[in-house]
Amino acid sequence: MSSRCRDAVVRAGGALALAMALGCNAAPELRVCADPQNLPYSSADERGFENRIAELVAHDLGRTLRYHWQPQWRGYTRKTLLAGLCDVIPGIPAAAPDVLATDAYYRSAYAFVYAAARLPGLTSFDDPRLRRSRIGVQVVGIDAIATPAGQALARRGIVANVVGFPVMGERPSAARMIDALADGSLDVAIVWSPQPGYFIAQRGLAYAVVPIAAAPGDPSLEFAIAMGVRPGDIALQQALNGALARLRPRIDAVLRDYAVTRVQPESELAGFP
Amino acid sequence: MTSDSKRPRQRCNVARGESAGALGRRAAARVIVSCVAGLLATHSSAQDAQREAGNWPMAGRDYANTRFSPLDQINARNVGELKLAWTFSTGVLRGHEAAPIVVDGTLFVVTPYPNIVYALDLTQPGAPMKWKFMPRPEASAQGEACCDVVNRGVAYADGHVFFNTLDGQTIALDAKDGHEIWRTQLGDIRKGETMTMAPLVVKGKVLVGNSGGEYGVRGWLTALDAGDGKIAWRAYTTGPDDDVRIGPTFKPFYESDRGKDLGKSTWPGEAWKIGGGTVWGFLSYDPALDLVYYGTANPGPWNPSQRPGDNKWTSGIFARDPATGQARWFYQTSPHDLHDYDGINESVLIDVAIGGTTRHALVHPDRNGYVYVIDRATGQVLSANAYVPITTSTGVDVTTGAIHYAPDKEPQPGRTVRDICPGSPGGKDWQPSAYSPRTHLLYMPHQNICQDAETAQVSYIAGTPYVGAQLKMKPGPGGARGRVTAWDPAIGKATWRIDEDLPVWSGALATAGDVVFYGTMEGWFKAVDATSGKELWRFKTGSGIVGQPVSFRAPDGKQYVAVLSGVGGWAGAVVAGDLDTRDLTAAGGFAAVVPDLKQKTAQGGMLYVFALP
Repeated sequence: MSSRCRDAVVRAGGALALAMALGCNAAPELRVCADPQNLPYSSADERGFENRIAELVAHDLGRTLRYHWQPQWRGYTRKTLLAGLCDVIPGIPAAAPDVLATDAYYRSAYAFVYAAARLPGLTSFDDPRLRRSRIGVQVVGIDAIATPAGQALARRGIVANVVGFPVMGERPSAARMIDALADGSLDVAIVWSPQPGYFIAQRGLAYAVVPIAAAPGDPSLEFAIAMGVRPGDIALQQALNGALARLRPRIDAVLRDYAVTRVQPESELAGFP
Repeated sequence: MTSDSKRPRQRCNVARGESAGALGRRAAARVIVSCVAGLLATHSSAQDAQREAGNWPMAGRDYANTRFSPLDQINARNVGELKLAWTFSTGVLRGHEAAPIVVDGTLFVVTPYPNIVYALDLTQPGAPMKWKFMPRPEASAQGEACCDVVNRGVAYADGHVFFNTLDGQTIALDAKDGHEIWRTQLGDIRKGETMTMAPLVVKGKVLVGNSGGEYGVRGWLTALDAGDGKIAWRAYTTGPDDDVRIGPTFKPFYESDRGKDLGKSTWPGEAWKIGGGTVWGFLSYDPALDLVYYGTANPGPWNPSQRPGDNKWTSGIFARDPATGQARWFYQTSPHDLHDYDGINESVLIDVAIGGTTRHALVHPDRNGYVYVIDRATGQVLSANAYVPITTSTGVDVTTGAIHYAPDKEPQPGRTVRDICPGSPGGKDWQPSAYSPRTHLLYMPHQNICQDAETAQVSYIAGTPYVGAQLKMKPGPGGARGRVTAWDPAIGKATWRIDEDLPVWSGALATAGDVVFYGTMEGWFKAVDATSGKELWRFKTGSGIVGQPVSFRAPDGKQYVAVLSGVGGWAGAVVAGDLDTRDLTAAGGFAAVVPDLKQKTAQGGMLYVFALP
């Protein structure tokens, strides 16, 4: 019991004091916002890799993990974290505004996903075979905005052979894109790289997942991923940074388990000594 | 159920009412119909006309979409004495955009999500509730709708009340007791497809459209059989001619709209399959030409650089045969839209004297800033004049139909573009105009908003990161964010203008008493002189007004004016959704231009009804 808590209990006296003492003894909570239906990140039955990482972090900090479930649609940070419904959002871009980010715990890039036999050695937007291939891209569903991969294709005039997969939908866009590769309706999918490995493995397929390097003039295709807390919540940010550093090998193992494709050795990420 | 079969039935209603006390009601009606219908015809037609003058059976009041009430008990001389008659709380807090609907002594009103329909008995003092219907739409629909969870009204026809639910259903109720006759699931909420528009009932068909283009929904207009809710036809906005219901009767006026499968070929590859062009505005209908008219929304969800081409048939106006859905003509107001200029704004069907001849016209104030006057038989643009400051285009060539875009205002990733006028909500958004055949003026409630487009910070949706473009809306020239403009479509000029501090997001109402009504987002309900724009009366309602004012005559013989108060919609989402106005991207960028709205009004859905003492 903290001294502040003990003092309060002493002042209250009687039955109220008992109740307060019990409250003080309960493990503090780690309130996490997560999408109930967005594998491989998270699911309501806690099967996603962010669920696993949240469990590790909560355990490390001696806190009880409690979820606020909400689909990760537009205004998510505002409607969840900033509305006080949770204290941390795992798995968001470290550069996202409106949050105080922890150290990044992985870094990924948009990636080509394809059957190696179909487009052997495809690594670049400037590969002439792309113009003859059916390409799946994710569409974020905000007027006039494209993913950096969509922008990179459009600036090369690669638009006619592009099939859009809205990220909003009944199933994760990566799952629908892997289905389309499997049934032959796509030659290659360009997917944010943490997402496809899980669905490829689930279907027992063997596709290449090749992170794409931006050519001069292309928008950056890489993003570092961290946890976000409310601006000013430095205590929680620091606590999480400590946990992420201590848990580094175990988090890496979770990411490997879920076939999360990353673009940089873990050791180069900030916060991983 | 056609309009032809409707007329004799209404005559029966009159006869039945007169004899109800003497005989069994059904028997009496049958006797009178069989024996006296012919004799009564002339007399009861006059009575019908008088009774119908007191009704407001659809959002636009009439098929021409004029929002003009022929009642003149309340007029420019006495409106200053208008008093609150009664109120009704809807029990819902989000943006109330609906028009109250009045038919023969009953007022029907639908709320925003959860889309409760109330029927109020105008024959009794204080208009007690007759019935209430709760459709119980899926709660997840709330998260999908882009710009608050609004509903724009029910439609009444042949004893039925028709309305849409946010989760994509069309429902028919018995107007007498509110029991459900049928419901048809049309939108797929899991794809972000919602329904917010007010249906239009034409020749036994309920015409409805979808919302949600920003999620990659493919737009459509669907006709349901009014009797059983079965889909009679569906016309998509994009895709091959068969899907769009383009056939031999399609005769667009301009060359640019002629050709096979333009709904496919003006898009790269299969981009049309998720091409937007939803149908969420008001429809109108010309019985003489037998054509329905409606606008299509902007192309989505692609960045403009991903969809080179005109992107037909988005951001334009369709004329269709209501029986078959076959297109007659189309005109594209914003080909390859760059600024979110939906073409969904209303088309008002009026006769306009142009160059000494009377043209059967369609007047359409578009989001892109021009009021179009179009020959509604052919789709020929007769004039297109700016009603707000425009920087995104330099004019419309009525010979070719082409709009000339200003290249320096084209948004590009990584480039900041300033002073895009009008901003994404356009010179006018959904808020419907009214037209008075007495003054020959179109009364347009609208906004005066420009924007800067900047490449913004990193964002994410469903675990997928991207770099956003931030649209920073700001007041247009002059600083007033709202306007009511009285527009003379014959000469393409404003006769008068009223500046309002906040965007005017309510509809307008014009009456034969030469009074125009509208509401402000602060909550003022105002009456102005139809000829001069001079303010004659105002009343402060409980919340900001984004609803559609209407006027009706109750069974007590008095004229009433009604409006829903309850701030919200895209412009009011910062209050309706309690958003943080420091987040400039909140409410699709609208928060930046109404940072003061939360200090000026609060949530609350309430129907206000006014009359002379």
